[in-house]
Amino acid sequence: MTQIPTVVSVPVPQGLRPRCSEATCLVRSNTPVNGEYRRLVLEAPEAILDCQPGQFFQLLCPAPKGEHPFLRRPMSIYGYDKATGRLEFLYKVTGAGTRGLATLRPGDAFNVLGPLGHGFSMPIEWQNLMLVARGVGLATLAPLAQMAQEKGRKLTAICSARRPELAMSVGLFESFGAEVIVVHDQDGSSTPEALRPLIESRIAQGMVDAFYTCGSSRLLRLLQDLGDTHGIPGEIAMEQQMACGLGMCQACVRSFRVGDRIIQRRVCREGPVFPIAEAI
Amino acid sequence: MKDLHPVDLSAHIGTLTLKNPIMPASGTFSEDLADVFDLDVLGAHVLKTIMHGTRTGNPTPRVCDMQSGMINAIGIPSKGIDHFRDEMLPYWAAFKSPLVVSISAHSVDEFARLCGEVSLPGVTAIEANISCPNIEADGNAFAMRPDTTHEVVTRLRAETDLPLWAKLTPNTGEPVEVARAAEAAGADALVTANTMLGMSIDIGSRRPRLGNVMGGMSGPAIKPIALRMTYQCARACDIPVIGCGGIATLDDVLEFLIAGARAVQIGTATFQSPTVMARLITELHGWMTERGIATLDEIIGSIEAPEAGVFE
Repeated sequence: MTQIPTVVSVPVPQGLRPRCSEATCLVRSNTPVNGEYRRLVLEAPEAILDCQPGQFFQLLCPAPKGEHPFLRRPMSIYGYDKATGRLEFLYKVTGAGTRGLATLRPGDAFNVLGPLGHGFSMPIEWQNLMLVARGVGLATLAPLAQMAQEKGRKLTAICSARRPELAMSVGLFESFGAEVIVVHDQDGSSTPEALRPLIESRIAQGMVDAFYTCGSSRLLRLLQDLGDTHGIPGEIAMEQQMACGLGMCQACVRSFRVGDRIIQRRVCREGPVFPIAEAI
Repeated sequence: MKDLHPVDLSAHIGTLTLKNPIMPASGTFSEDLADVFDLDVLGAHVLKTIMHGTRTGNPTPRVCDMQSGMINAIGIPSKGIDHFRDEMLPYWAAFKSPLVVSISAHSVDEFARLCGEVSLPGVTAIEANISCPNIEADGNAFAMRPDTTHEVVTRLRAETDLPLWAKLTPNTGEPVEVARAAEAAGADALVTANTMLGMSIDIGSRRPRLGNVMGGMSGPAIKPIALRMTYQCARACDIPVIGCGGIATLDDVLEFLIAGARAVQIGTATFQSPTVMARLITELHGWMTERGIATLDEIIGSIEAPEAGVFE
């Protein structure tokens, strides 16, 4: 019997190790987090756990009843720990792939490919970080909190949601020492108009060297505008429908503004993290 | 282990000898796969189709799922011949596996010119993509008809001394006539086949699932079509046939070889499992070793007559 977790064995050039691997993981748990999201925890082989925040895996989702997801589904990493062999994903059930994910039970074998893409950077000049994200985008940014703590950076996390109880990752951000501000649609605190003065007051106090965002085009536009006005750089994790996830198929291209040119980049390969100023 | 007879996986495609019959299908392979395994284990490297100039490709979404397969309308984004010669060729020429360059064009003249221009040192063979359903409207392509196939392959033949492979389409109603036209025009091998034109609609939004409306179906769902076409072409032509279409397992590889293919291309299966080609080479070697089969010649074209019940 094959031992799980295990990496699919393939020939590699002498002296090199593959940058990413296909691996069979063991499902530890797969449980609802709130009314909308579920958390999948896997026992993964060490070889796939040299991850960076912002990278993703391609998941071979089981087929739910009556549906046939064929392609792998890209999913950003929610958490990872090489020491304990843990890999986590946070997902919202929206289609055939995620409906399949929801059928996984503890003890099931589950095939993943990764880690893939380029993650977030955190250059030394970025001492005071501000993360602004919404919905499942907050899951993508969650590993940043640990990275910020490890590097001794100060992090403010503005977590946006439809209702306050749906704001993701609040406890996780707090556990890594971040200051968390929850904004939501019910009291109107999540609109760009309401966020702008909040963020600008922090900028005025010198509390923002860089932005990170994911999951909302309204937030992207707000941060692009604020970044442009106040000279603050930042990074965004982007999504696009994918087939291979490695860069071969060219399915996941998006347009980016670089100088006065519009260029195409593959989200899986050149991304999924890009400079906020270049995103469209 | 019955490893008494050493197994030779060599595949012979006309004058070319490949170390094994497993190679990627054009469009599903790039240097990015080197992140996963040693690309020098492959029988050949077949690159994504290049066109003469630069092209951005089709609008997104460019891919969608279907039952046991996918539909793509990537639309051949191309960085053009200069990028190929200056950037891509030096990278690929450094590998031991032979390099097969796939080319395409809108017109016969442009196709012929590109064929001459890519016939460079470091290129082992040219695969003429005369069958992409995503370049012209409604999936039209040279390989839909024998006359247009003959015309374009004749012109390509005149432009290169390299082995010339013609990649055919399952969308034609005349596969045998098209295959014979390619052979008569001087093709050295046939690749059967490209994707099959299809479409998919999201009933909620009533929009096509692909930005280009129609696209090419690939994957296990279309394997019987590609296998049938491989059989038809191998039977009708003397030049070698390379099977391509939905191949994902060792059984699939063997089916195509038995039907008459001298080698196979693996495409969509790599998207599901990027390690598949490396695994298939090992599995084919193991299968032949266990059975004491020394060379692929004992498998290729070994199809038997059906066990057909006859009605009086």
